[in-house]
Amino acid sequence: MKHIITPLLTILLLYPAIAQDIPKRPVPPRLVNDFAGFFSPDKITQLEKKLVWFNQQTSTQIAIVTVKDLQGYDISDFAFRLGDKWGVGQKGFNNGIVILVKPKTPKDKGRIFIATGYGLEAVVPDAIAKRIVEVEILPEFRKNNFYKGIDNAINTLFSLTKGEFSPKEYAQKTSRNESPVFGIGGFFLLIILSSIFARLQRARHYSVGHSVPFWTAMFLAGSVRPRGGGFASFSSGSGSFGGFGGFGGGGFGGGGAGGSW
Amino acid sequence: MKLKKYLIFMFAPFITSCGYNTMVTLDEGISSQWAQVENAYQRRADLIPNLVNTVKGYADFEKETLTQVIEARSKATSVNINPGNLTPEAINQFQNAQAGLSSALSRLMVVVERYPELKANQNFLELQAQLEGTENRISVERRKFNEATRQYNTYIRKFPKNIVAGIFGFDKKTYFEAEEKAKEVPKVEF
Repeated sequence: MKHIITPLLTILLLYPAIAQDIPKRPVPPRLVNDFAGFFSPDKITQLEKKLVWFNQQTSTQIAIVTVKDLQGYDISDFAFRLGDKWGVGQKGFNNGIVILVKPKTPKDKGRIFIATGYGLEAVVPDAIAKRIVEVEILPEFRKNNFYKGIDNAINTLFSLTKGEFSPKEYAQKTSRNESPVFGIGGFFLLIILSSIFARLQRARHYSVGHSVPFWTAMFLAGSVRPRGGGFASFSSGSGSFGGFGGFGGGGFGGGGAGGSW
Repeated sequence: MKLKKYLIFMFAPFITSCGYNTMVTLDEGISSQWAQVENAYQRRADLIPNLVNTVKGYADFEKETLTQVIEARSKATSVNINPGNLTPEAINQFQNAQAGLSSALSRLMVVVERYPELKANQNFLELQAQLEGTENRISVERRKFNEATRQYNTYIRKFPKNIVAGIFGFDKKTYFEAEEKAKEVPKVEF
């Protein structure tokens, strides 16, 4: 009898562990999911706002996820599975990015991986993702400036996915000057562009289109510029809409790169 | 003749409700996923000429390792499977050829450790990131292929669909197992 019960018990005990290994899609949907308590709450809000804003403008979804434990997966594999399970990016365009962080512990190195959806593999090639990790993120992480490292990286990803500079230009910039100076430049550019955009949107609010439902607007914005260039957003009524609408069902095929510190 | 047509029309709803169409869809899903698997491997093969040239400039005397990589590559690219013919033998043959390339490549990567200058080379670092990326793509596409296969296999074996599957010849499909050889750590004597 005992030799039947033991395996049964093992299966029962193991089953929840197997079923829960990749975190479930967050409800309500969020782009920043700090399961490991890596950032302070105000930084989480800041990052979330920024990423939601970018999603509304371009339909490109960048999800930041931190976990305490990789459940025995490689960090890359974990990131792809999570991206697929949550459906980061829009269906059909697959324009999602997952930035996965496993913080440093006394036993294990800290690890980070940037996984790019199928649709972004050309604008953020693996070698460029690697360089973002090496140049923008890891130097800051080693100084414990976790927010700054991530912020630098998403600014660069914004610019790359919007086509403000090509992967090649980025490579040239970072090989001439190893410090992430233009990350700050990119940030200022974002502030300027966002103020322009806010004004444009206000103007539009009084003219046409403010009765267009958000999802129609998203669809239009997505189909006009799938890779998320420029400001082709028809999103209206931004005053009433503040949150993240949800993941779009994008897929991941193994693009991206990572590093450890 | 007329009767036969009549019978098909009569049984058409029965067939669709018994999952014939789903079987076709799942079957096609496997074929298209197989194409993705081959793409991922092709991507790796495409990187190799560039990689070999870069390494050559720094480690010219590692001729043997480099030659092995080139040979394994040409062997691997010569094996292609028609997605309509995913037999266990064909998959096995494909897998062996690719495993040969995997182990030749990992041997090369171990040898490279001896050349600090090469490891600092920007071009090489980029190739290395790309190579890691292709390995990631291979494992993702292989996993998705196995998932598609599992879904199909589970579907056709359940009652009463197994009867429909039997009538129309939907057989169990083979999984793409992990490469044994690639998992071995290559030994290099210094």
